[in-house]
Amino acid sequence: MAAELHVALVAADREVWSGQATLVVARTTSGDIGVMPGHQPLLGVLESGPVTIRTSEGGTVIAAVHGGFISFADNKLSLLAEIAELSDEIDVQRAERALERAKSDDDASAGRRAEVRLQAATAR
Amino acid sequence: MGAQLRVYKRRIRSVTATKKITKAMEMIAASRVVKAQRKVAASAPYATELTRAVTAVGTGSNTRHPLTTKAETVTRSAVLLLTSDRGLAGAFNSNAIKAAEQLTERLEREGKEVDVYIVGRRGVAHYNFRERKIAESWSGFTDEPTYADAKKVAAPLIEAIETETAEGGVDELHIVYTEFVSMMTQQALDAQLLPLSLEEVAEETATKGEILPLFDFEPSAEDVLDALLPRYVESRIYNALLQSAASKHAATRRAMKSATDNAGELIETLSRLANAARQAEITQEISEIVGGTAALADATAGSDR
Repeated sequence: MAAELHVALVAADREVWSGQATLVVARTTSGDIGVMPGHQPLLGVLESGPVTIRTSEGGTVIAAVHGGFISFADNKLSLLAEIAELSDEIDVQRAERALERAKSDDDASAGRRAEVRLQAATAR
Repeated sequence: MGAQLRVYKRRIRSVTATKKITKAMEMIAASRVVKAQRKVAASAPYATELTRAVTAVGTGSNTRHPLTTKAETVTRSAVLLLTSDRGLAGAFNSNAIKAAEQLTERLEREGKEVDVYIVGRRGVAHYNFRERKIAESWSGFTDEPTYADAKKVAAPLIEAIETETAEGGVDELHIVYTEFVSMMTQQALDAQLLPLSLEEVAEETATKGEILPLFDFEPSAEDVLDALLPRYVESRIYNALLQSAASKHAATRRAMKSATDNAGELIETLSRLANAARQAEITQEISEIVGGTAALADATAGSDR
């Protein structure tokens, strides 16, 4: 049996990505976690960070996720996030500008968001 | 042109202009309803997944949390009322406000204090005019609410519910919003948002015939619940905001449609009256001419003799 799991990456206002995958790596509050097909049912809190999805076609999807949850059961994985962006949707220049602005405004959470965006964008 | 006729003509012109405006507003509202409906649909996957997750924690552990624990005696409740910023939407706002007032009355009869939180300028104006106290209010986003707006609204409410009642916190949270049933039907209703009864949520999912597995919690069930419940409340408020927006646009569309129809009818009546006035004028002129010639003929006939 081909080991696959169904992934749905869902933001509060839209479904960002969904499809079949072989491995999903996400960052929870207690560290990075990798989920492969057949993993034990899991429910975790996500940190802001990049999520890497290895699709069954062999491609890689990277998304920036800000706050949210990972839940896995019955070979179905859902990534819930308030804000989620695929790496190719991210405008690097805008994110850099946002990072600088956040630095000058001393806004830690906005800075973190911009950093995660950049990380995800450069990882593609 | 007679004075009467001129008055009619002027009124027809002004009603025609109004009709054009209401027609345009109707079409704008119609396109916005569709957009708003699409947003409601787009937010559904997140809400469903979140409900599943909340149920999973609720059934998989005996964690207690301020957002799910019922206070033994409820002394203060919060009511969140969702109205719109702009009117011209028929009975949309007054229905929502009426529902909120009925709920407030009921809660007060049960001996609870009520804190009112309002979204939308219309509701704020209504309460200010009657000099009633508003705990907090927000406006400016009711036409197209975003998730960030829902977060903004939810934050003080969650804080209030987590505060001890003696220190000014609240024990329950009710929400009054307008449910979007269909293009023609929208219904103002109230629902208790908090404390969340996990059993109820579980029942909702259970009826769909889903059996939830035993989850591994990362880092722990308490922490997951801690993070999950505020998100759940936010997503419920987000959904209510979106439904209210869709309902408001649908109500506007309907109100503007009947305004356009009424203007059409008015124009018809006025044109009939204007026609009658014109006819009367012509008839009068004819009879004046006929009368004049007759008099003239009489006079010449007299001088001939």
